[in-house]
Amino acid sequence: MTDFADIWSYLAQGPLLWLTATLIAYLVGAWLQKVSGTKPWVNPVLIAVALLAGVLTVSGTAYETYFEGAQFVHFMLGPATVALAIPLYDNRALIRASALPMLAALVAGSLTAILSALAIARALGVSGDVLISLAPKSATAPVALGVAEAIGGSPTLTAVLVILTGITGAVIAAPILNLLRIRDDRARGFALGTASHGIGTARAFQESQTSGAFSGVAMGLNAILTALIAPVIIRLFT
Amino acid sequence: MIRAIAILLGFQLAGEVTARALGLSLPGPVLGFAALFVAFLVWPPLHAMLAETARGLLAHLSLLFVPAGVGVVGHISSLGAQSAAVLAAIIASTALAIAVGAGTFVLVDRATRR
Repeated sequence: MTDFADIWSYLAQGPLLWLTATLIAYLVGAWLQKVSGTKPWVNPVLIAVALLAGVLTVSGTAYETYFEGAQFVHFMLGPATVALAIPLYDNRALIRASALPMLAALVAGSLTAILSALAIARALGVSGDVLISLAPKSATAPVALGVAEAIGGSPTLTAVLVILTGITGAVIAAPILNLLRIRDDRARGFALGTASHGIGTARAFQESQTSGAFSGVAMGLNAILTALIAPVIIRLFT
Repeated sequence: MIRAIAILLGFQLAGEVTARALGLSLPGPVLGFAALFVAFLVWPPLHAMLAETARGLLAHLSLLFVPAGVGVVGHISSLGAQSAAVLAAIIASTALAIAVGAGTFVLVDRATRR
């Protein structure tokens, strides 16, 4: 009989173990969300991340080793972003009819995200490249990294802040919007996509296809707007 | 399904190539997304070829963020002593942005519909 340590060292080499673990952790998260009655704070991404981070720590596995398996899942983000064109096309009439509220919500939401983050962080004593890296946090990761680099922030730090912003938005959006009694799927999805990019959009698709479509559009538009205005706004704070 | 994935990847590839060739700061997949939408308008049958695969992919969009999320856990320490302040700023500003964005949408929608 083969020693457990031998089996482990074999599995730890290849991508199979961590790819499987990623899918199982997500399924556990999705199942917990379902049995909770889709409570927004029971978020499958958050649960899967917590489970996997725990397993990596306990097993002493480096993130690089984990990512060799998980990269196949990560890679699908690209084609999934392209696939957002399908709900956009399905909802094109509704989106065309909502052009004005979308434009207003984009500018208001994007400005609020950047200005309030910088103002609150500075008031709490945050400064230097951490403050700068906060500015593009609501934009989708590749754009945010580019903006951070251009304005003198740290891309690594920005990647962390972008993901944290996405998970935060996905968790808190429904309670806030319910409190404000905003039931319009277009408004809910659009605000989520503006404030928390793809992770917010993933959450919006759980509410409805319409919400997801508007969130996807908002994510794309806010990527462009953030790239334009974040470098200007950051000058006011440094 | 393979055909649909090939088409999606093809648009992503075209987006990456265009972004790099023109030196755009937009990510390739975002350009591919815009190009695919234009392609649907020009040639609607393409939509039916992709619809099923795309919905399957988007239904589990959350899953695709898990690997990046796990990466974040190891880097939270890079925030150092400022981590509490940064977390507070992220939570408060995201809440405000969602409230202001959705509120603005509803108000302008009401104002322009009349």
